[in-house]
Amino acid sequence: MARATTTRRKALMTALGWGVAFVIFFPILWTFLTSFKTEAEAVTTPPKFLFFDWTLANYHEVNSRSNYMRFAMNSVIIAFGSTLLGLLVAIPAAWAMAFSPTKRTKDLLMWMLSTKMMPAVGVLIPIYILFRDFRLLDTHFGMVLVMTLINLPIIVWMLYTYFKEIPAPILEAARMDGATLRQEIVDVLAPMAVPGIASTVLLNVILAWNEAFWTLNLTTTKAAPLTAFIASYSSPEGLFWAKLSAASTMAIAPIVLLGWFSQKQLVRGLTFGAVK
Amino acid sequence: MATTHTRTAARWMAAPSILLLFMWMIVPLGMTVYFSFLHYNLLSPGEESWAGLMNYEFFVTDPAFKDAVFNTLYLVLGVLLITTVGGTLLALLLDQPFWGQGVARLMVIAPFFVMPTVSALVWKNMLMHPVNGLFAWIARTLGFQPVDWLGAYPLTSITIIVAWQWLPFATLILLTALQSLDQEQKEAAEMDGAGAFSIFRHITLPHLSRALTVVVLIETIFLLNVFAEILVTTNGGPGTASTNLGFLIYMQGLLQFDAGGASAGGVIAVILANVVAFFLIRAIGKNLEA
Repeated sequence: MARATTTRRKALMTALGWGVAFVIFFPILWTFLTSFKTEAEAVTTPPKFLFFDWTLANYHEVNSRSNYMRFAMNSVIIAFGSTLLGLLVAIPAAWAMAFSPTKRTKDLLMWMLSTKMMPAVGVLIPIYILFRDFRLLDTHFGMVLVMTLINLPIIVWMLYTYFKEIPAPILEAARMDGATLRQEIVDVLAPMAVPGIASTVLLNVILAWNEAFWTLNLTTTKAAPLTAFIASYSSPEGLFWAKLSAASTMAIAPIVLLGWFSQKQLVRGLTFGAVK
Repeated sequence: MATTHTRTAARWMAAPSILLLFMWMIVPLGMTVYFSFLHYNLLSPGEESWAGLMNYEFFVTDPAFKDAVFNTLYLVLGVLLITTVGGTLLALLLDQPFWGQGVARLMVIAPFFVMPTVSALVWKNMLMHPVNGLFAWIARTLGFQPVDWLGAYPLTSITIIVAWQWLPFATLILLTALQSLDQEQKEAAEMDGAGAFSIFRHITLPHLSRALTVVVLIETIFLLNVFAEILVTTNGGPGTASTNLGFLIYMQGLLQFDAGGASAGGVIAVILANVVAFFLIRAIGKNLEA
């Protein structure tokens, strides 16, 4: 009897859970489906859900006509470039704060976090002027630099929370055995730090890929990533829904997949370790 | 010996991060403050002159400023309301055992990974379009007049779009917090005859309070910066109906080339954000000690 009610309850929950999940996921699903329609079918009423002539034409069209690949490459360069540069600067800092903390370490971390809270519009004008004067507007280097700076606090924080979990006695043991600082880092610490670093990379690539304030304001063509490419579809009253859908699907698919793999790290990184 | 050595090394290792962030914070911010006291047009460089508090005066007395502050609050509070209430309900639902839970969970969090320009355009064209959009079709099928979402209710429409992007974030955080809830406490309460609602009210909700605080504060930081969604859907219009503070500053600076006025707006935005940041830092700092 008790089992019957739990099964019924479970069935009810399944229906409810899937129903809600479907509604929330629907805009993405709809974009995906529309990307395989012809432009005529994309705007037809009543809408066609599954029974239309599936075509890959939009993908070919987007790829051949609009330099899609160049924008995608720019996204890759900016997302991975800024993450690598960020790691390069942040790993030593996080290591130092985790393993030889001083009285000021906590304040330092808090201060780093506070830089993240500066609203972007507050510094839009000076950054724009500096970029113009140093000829950094619409360059890969400029974008990598900005993206590194805005995500650096998160990188340091995330690495710090991971490094903190590495037991200090292991380091002390290595030190006792006469390991140099370099050996300590390369042979002892690095292998244990890899998972944390990997999660940090994942989260940062996601954040940098989707960043749409600086990319829209500081790029035009040469270094413009996918966020800017998609925004260009807003001008002609959005006439090409199927092509927009194909471009959107390509732009979001890799990141949605990455995001699905990194749920846990996401919580940790975005709440600065406050919720685990 | 070894410790002094390590400590010196540690200082050097932290230096680049600190220096970079310090420059990133102080240089542009200093420039913003300085520009805010100048008559400075981006199209006529070299003709800057001292303006005193005039930029602030113009910015604050511009009727658009009042609208922008109201719109910013509407957007931030609207999204917060939808995402915290919706996120709590969703987290409770996803915490129940059901078939295919893992997949349903992936579907729920997916919108968070969609770039803002994509979600804004997909909603604008394919869902909210008054003629060919899916909502219009649903309305007609049910016998209603289709709604011109972004034309008639621009700010509410943008709020819905942004809430769709942030609902997964709230859900994910709250779900994580929910899973660390002590089951024994719940069972004991059940044994004592507590109903589902009173368990939620007296056990679950207090347990979620910290996570809810974090969600509210972090979302606020990001929501004060909503930009791309406005740019590609309404461009702030009609009139100033969907212009938030950030978008107003952007228009003043990069479209009307009034760097001085935009900088005054920037300073105001920074002050507003700092008020929020103050509370966020305190909340996170407290959690660090725990």
